[in-house]
Amino acid sequence: MDSLSIATAAYIVASLLFILSLAGLSKHESASQGVLFGIAGMTIALVATFIVVADLADTTSVVLLLIAVAIGAAIGLWRARVVEMTGMPELIALLHSFAGLAAVLVGWNGYLEHQSFGLQSLEDIHNAEVFIGVFIGAVTFTGSIVAFLKLSARIKSNPLMLPGKNYINLGALALFVALTVWFVIDPALWLLIAVTVVALALGWHLVASIGGGDMPVVVSMLNSYSGWAAAASGFLLDNDALIVTGALVGSSGAYLSYIMCQAMNRSFISVIAGGFGIEAGPADDKDYGEHREITAEDTAELLRNASSVIITPGYGMAVAQAQYPVADLVRKLRERGVDVKFGIHPVAGRLPGHMNVLLAEAKVPYDIVLEMDEINDDFKDTSVVLVIGANDTVNPAATEDPSSPIAGMPVLTVWEASDVVIFKRSMATGYAGVQNPLFFRDNSQMLFGDAKERVEDILKAL
Amino acid sequence: MSVVGVVTESIPGETRVAATPETVGKLIGLGYRVVVESGAGAKASFTDEAYVEAGAEIRGTAETWGADIVFKVNAPTPAEIGQLADGATLVSLISPALSPELVEQLSARPITVLAMDAVPRISRAQSMDVLSSMANIAGYRAVVEAANVFGRFFTGQITAAGKVPPAKVLVAGVGVAGLAAIGTANSLGAIVRATDPRAEVADQVKSLGGEYLAVDVETEQSTDGYAKATTDAYNARAAEIYSEQAADVDIIITTALIPGRAAPVLITEADVASMKAGSVIVDMAAANGGNVAGSRPGEAVVTANGVTILGYTDLAGRLPTQASQLYGTNLVNLMKLLTPGKDGQLVLDFDDVVQRTITVVRNGETTWPPPPVQVSAAPAAAPAAAPVEPKPPKAVMTQRAKLGLVALGILALFLVNAYAPEPLPEHFTVLTLAIVIGYYVIGKVHHALHTPLMSVTNAISGIIVVGAMLQVGIDGDASNATVIRIIAFIAILLASINVFGGFAVTRRMLSMFSK
Repeated sequence: MDSLSIATAAYIVASLLFILSLAGLSKHESASQGVLFGIAGMTIALVATFIVVADLADTTSVVLLLIAVAIGAAIGLWRARVVEMTGMPELIALLHSFAGLAAVLVGWNGYLEHQSFGLQSLEDIHNAEVFIGVFIGAVTFTGSIVAFLKLSARIKSNPLMLPGKNYINLGALALFVALTVWFVIDPALWLLIAVTVVALALGWHLVASIGGGDMPVVVSMLNSYSGWAAAASGFLLDNDALIVTGALVGSSGAYLSYIMCQAMNRSFISVIAGGFGIEAGPADDKDYGEHREITAEDTAELLRNASSVIITPGYGMAVAQAQYPVADLVRKLRERGVDVKFGIHPVAGRLPGHMNVLLAEAKVPYDIVLEMDEINDDFKDTSVVLVIGANDTVNPAATEDPSSPIAGMPVLTVWEASDVVIFKRSMATGYAGVQNPLFFRDNSQMLFGDAKERVEDILKAL
Repeated sequence: MSVVGVVTESIPGETRVAATPETVGKLIGLGYRVVVESGAGAKASFTDEAYVEAGAEIRGTAETWGADIVFKVNAPTPAEIGQLADGATLVSLISPALSPELVEQLSARPITVLAMDAVPRISRAQSMDVLSSMANIAGYRAVVEAANVFGRFFTGQITAAGKVPPAKVLVAGVGVAGLAAIGTANSLGAIVRATDPRAEVADQVKSLGGEYLAVDVETEQSTDGYAKATTDAYNARAAEIYSEQAADVDIIITTALIPGRAAPVLITEADVASMKAGSVIVDMAAANGGNVAGSRPGEAVVTANGVTILGYTDLAGRLPTQASQLYGTNLVNLMKLLTPGKDGQLVLDFDDVVQRTITVVRNGETTWPPPPVQVSAAPAAAPAAAPVEPKPPKAVMTQRAKLGLVALGILALFLVNAYAPEPLPEHFTVLTLAIVIGYYVIGKVHHALHTPLMSVTNAISGIIVVGAMLQVGIDGDASNATVIRIIAFIAILLASINVFGGFAVTRRMLSMFSK
């Protein structure tokens, strides 16, 4: 039994622990245990690898390894401690970019190492693996960087509209295939540089042409890519632990993207190809009638007399950091015996499950935070719905107006409640650029201003 | 400060009054002075003293009619119109659609007339919808009148003296009156069935304990909140249902009205003849021509086969106190809308759809009929969609194309593995199984845990650190060793951030989730 066989055995154990980790995350009760499994799996994998390196390599390598891990751990732990829950999407996008860049570097090293293979075909496969690994890694890297910049509002979240953008993407893919074939025949360094540049450009363009509201899909898609990048490196390094883990991460991201796309009634391809929200709503000049305004005091009065309240938050709540006053409001109403629930649309926020995390941060009990499908039947028996910073996800046009650009998208049917109060900065349209007939309904009233301040006003009035 | 005059109703048999002591107090709160004609509330059990106590002044006929704003229940007679002061505002039931000559007479005077029965059926105006509040009372009273004439219990009982079957009640037309009748009859213990051309009322019927009899023929969607006249096919099927039901039920209450038209005849002579002796029909539409063959407005008719047809037109007025209270409150709600300053100054805003719709005459000018009000939003969408260019059909993959792609993928996987040397097939086995496991494991994840799931998968995708670690351990004498080590060093650093940061932030998030 040498260190390599110990490592192989440890990797199998680690893979199993990762699977258990994801399984544990399926329920609140077992979630923390799931994370512990994940940490245990990672520890085992890292320790086993360290033993191999310590056993086979010289001291310089070991020291370098320890320093790199120590710095990385310090940065990682520090960021994890200080990050705001509203900044979660940015952090996750940034972490994806690290995984992507690491995959690129590992791929490059795989090329530079010039391993010798007995068989020509094995060498060809190795070269192809290098290429695939570098390509996926580089797309993940720049894609995540753009997503990070968009999410942290360092660049505009408007989709970039280059002419023939689909052809650019397809062309980049075709170029990648051509370069791979060339590289297998003649493994030259400049080809590797070329493919890295192509992939970096493709990743940048891919995410730049997708708008801010589609970010939940983009982030989970990048999550998936970072997994596939790890899996590709596993092929390259002949390491099953990497393949298993990469595949797990890859399917998880793909599955989340699928859920998000379902929630927007669009195909994955159409999100990736971008272009949503560009076409102006055909009925934009339509007269929707007058909207009515309401004051915070009147809203408080409405809530005082309500028997049941549903709150449907959106990205606006995250932007205004309104989750704490909202949680206070919920606590007060529940003390009065009002039945309060939250209705969360799958694409609310900029990250799958973003709203849940924000509400959990503000200590809202998770059993009153319900998913769209769980809560849509309850709206008709509800006295008051508070729409806080959501727009497209509560747009009745999606179900009623077949000509609407968001037609067919499942939405929270808030308008079935007796009264709807919409917290909004102005009458501007939401991300999809579609007017929302909800605002003009007879049972809707608008409460303008910053969501946080308005909720605090209501708290005062109560 | 304007003066509101509450006058005595002149129609014989009218028991209601347009203001009660309670609503008088509210009007005064809006800044108005209120004068009440002596004895105006007597039939509704409101004494002059009670009005005075609420803050009103008791005056004679001429002075109340000369007020700035005159509150009334029924439409005025020509003589009464003459008593109004120039520039006065009259608020009462008018039925402008049915009585054009009355509108003409009103517009001959320089006055403003607000028709309480023209309030549009939108949610905001519900608080002033007199027709609804009166219909509610009338529906209740219709059941009470029927019970009064009906010779049996409504509820089924098993007594020492034998078993009593419950009465069967059919309510035709599920408007406000119909719903009130359903609720009342149900609470008396009867079996209640209801018909209505609008299938969407089925749930409302059910919620009040009734059974909705659907007429399985398609009808148009109503846009103004009232039922529309129905098609021939529908009528034929509905007639069948009424015939079937007439032979079965003990009590029929009809409430079918079509705005601006004579009431449709639902129960024919043959239907009445098929009913059991002792059965009762209440025709709530008798005043508008009647839903029942042989009904006479304001009278109780007993047919040859012993069926009583009640055609009372004053059902709401038979509960004078209640009806006055609701009517008066409707008027107060209207005045709240018309007195934005709460300063006793009536302001008519024609940009407001409610105020526009109820105004029949403004300063002697006829403003009837008003522009139509759309109540349901859905039908309006259709014309808007028409001018839009048909979109090019989306390139949606057909089922066959999808299957083809899947088959192609499987074939490619097969070929790669068939020809590739070891260890590639092994790796593919591991990859395939891991993807399948991942799909099933992740598919069960609770929606609230999506973000923790992402950060945990993010952390474990940092497993790539293993690759970089192995690379840093390269033999120092190998070519490129320094470059490889530097690159691997960076890779380890980056991936470690992922590993440690990802797990730490997940733990932090999960610790926040609490029940």
